[in-house]
Amino acid sequence: MSTDTIRRTTGGFAARLTSVRQSRTGVLAGFAAAAVLLLVAAPALLPVFSLGLLGKFLCFAIVAVGIGLAWGRGGMLTLGQGVFFGLGAYIMAMHMKLADAALFGGSGVPDFMALYGTGTVPGWWEPFRSPVVTVLAVVLVPGVVALILGLAIFKRRVKGAYFAILSQALAAAFAVLLIGQQATTGGSNGLSGFRSFFGFDLADPANKRMLYLLTAVVLLAVVAAARQLMHSRFGELLVAVRDQEERVRFLGYDPATVKTVVYVLAAVMAGVAGALFVPLVGIISPADVGVTPSIAFLIGVAIGGRSTVLGPVLGALGVAIAQTSLASSFPSFWVYFQGLLFVLVIGFLPGGLASLPAVLGRLRRKRNDDGGAARASAPATSAAPVPPAVPRAHPIHAAASPLAAVPAAAKEHRP
Amino acid sequence: MKHQMIAAEQPRLLLPQAEPQAGGQRSGRPQYLEVRNLKVVFDGFTAVDGVNLDVTQGDLRFLIGPNGAGKTTIIDAMTGLVPATGSVNHTGTEILGRKVHQIAKLGVGRTFQTASVFENLSVLQNLDIAAGARRRPLELLRRRRGTDPAVDEALEIIGLEHLASKQAGTLAHGQKQWLEIGMLLVQNSELLLLDEPIAGMSQDERAQTGELLRRIGASRITLVIEHDMDFVREYATSVTVLAGGKVLSEGSVAQVQADPRVQEVYLGTTPAKGH
Repeated sequence: MSTDTIRRTTGGFAARLTSVRQSRTGVLAGFAAAAVLLLVAAPALLPVFSLGLLGKFLCFAIVAVGIGLAWGRGGMLTLGQGVFFGLGAYIMAMHMKLADAALFGGSGVPDFMALYGTGTVPGWWEPFRSPVVTVLAVVLVPGVVALILGLAIFKRRVKGAYFAILSQALAAAFAVLLIGQQATTGGSNGLSGFRSFFGFDLADPANKRMLYLLTAVVLLAVVAAARQLMHSRFGELLVAVRDQEERVRFLGYDPATVKTVVYVLAAVMAGVAGALFVPLVGIISPADVGVTPSIAFLIGVAIGGRSTVLGPVLGALGVAIAQTSLASSFPSFWVYFQGLLFVLVIGFLPGGLASLPAVLGRLRRKRNDDGGAARASAPATSAAPVPPAVPRAHPIHAAASPLAAVPAAAKEHRP
Repeated sequence: MKHQMIAAEQPRLLLPQAEPQAGGQRSGRPQYLEVRNLKVVFDGFTAVDGVNLDVTQGDLRFLIGPNGAGKTTIIDAMTGLVPATGSVNHTGTEILGRKVHQIAKLGVGRTFQTASVFENLSVLQNLDIAAGARRRPLELLRRRRGTDPAVDEALEIIGLEHLASKQAGTLAHGQKQWLEIGMLLVQNSELLLLDEPIAGMSQDERAQTGELLRRIGASRITLVIEHDMDFVREYATSVTVLAGGKVLSEGSVAQVQADPRVQEVYLGTTPAKGH
């Protein structure tokens, strides 16, 4: 019964899979099928180049899961996930640059620094020589930055469009900052030309396959974590905060804390995705982390269905695949198509494609209702505003007066 | 008595064995609300002007007064929604000047004129969230299995057991208000501040709400804002009349109605007695 409600809340992505979703084994089976598809079928069937491309898309999907939590469940329209993606990516890139320089250059100074800078490694790069520090930093730096930002923003009750603008401005500022630091971050060229990943040769197809598998495993883990979170008490609280933040306060919760937790989670997911993106794609530059990519992250989530578990993942994958295939045949056309798709979805299908079955079902019911309107005089549903996703099958007021039994018991006391 | 037979069968968490009375509970060490010189000023306009209030546990106090008398503003001030000066003492704890969620954790709960339940969640989920502000973080990350005994009891008290899995947004208006009251119960609120709980309700729903207040009122400090004088006469154990941000009169319904200042300012011509 609670899963029933959650399905309605999520916009009914799995409305057609009702029977499957209801059992725990069904969920596990679906998860196992996805794991087999990603971990066995794809590596066996796809050539290494396509596998790398798919790995890149999976990175976007990891970011999308975080956005789905923050935006779809938490109501925070994060237009700046590029910042956290970039933090993770640049940390990984710096480590790989230093490692390459130590392995192949001998001097220990990354090539571009010798070209544009003083030829010495700046102090703040040094910690990232250590693989352990790098892996920790990939998780912790985006997390801590998001924690500080989140507390500063949400404690001050900044929300809605103001939050969206603020997060977008952060992405813009981050890109500008990177471009300005030609000598230490590679400027607008970014960091590229990596040859090794934690000691593994990146030119070796076997290592490329391993990288893809690592990304796929991370995506599966992130999806599982997101699902657990959505179905937990915290997930219910998050929806309550999204829908009525003020009301939650009067129950003794601080909504800022709830929102910050989810914002940090989304940031960590984006950071990890960024760190995986770098070895898979071989370059990270301000063009991958600024305003445009930050919005691009969002489009897949919106199209897929932001408040569902799988909507953001499938949406992000779909958009990325469409972009790659369409952009190669119609380079300039893609941007317009993407914009149009975004407008159409936001305007006519706010729940994303995931809500399509529910919307179609409602349309069908409406047509049936109109047909049979004559026999139903039903004045009953007028008082209660009925949310769109809910079937209005039963007249609500017709239920037997619920407190009827109570006064009977209480009245006996009175003289 | 049926009522007590039920009580004997299962331990009661949320329901008292008594009914509210004027002056509240006199035995033991009752909880109390003590408001002193409460003042709320909006841009130079004094909405609440030095209000003093004393309500003891077990008293069903009604707050009445003409529009703009400052009734809702008093509740807003007591729950931290608007800044105020003075003192609001809940059984020894000063609650004025704290943040909204901290005040809620101190056992102060309120409802709103327009029912504000979480429409996208089920009745059960609404109550579960209300019960959960004291839960530890790890407990929050787990899935909800089974229901809190307090939640079950609240469902029974507010009479929404059969609608537990229904989406709160689909409830009738009266049911939403009852759900809100149920949320206060599981929240463990000792001080209930109810802002026009029966507004927009049918006669039947009003009577049921009144009986509900009577059932839960004896063990709590209850402050109800209400316009409907019939309802006040039927269920209030004591009444405070406000006008222009000040306390005009206080006492039983009969005392207040007999007060000439009240008749002048608020009641105008006294409504028909002995309905």
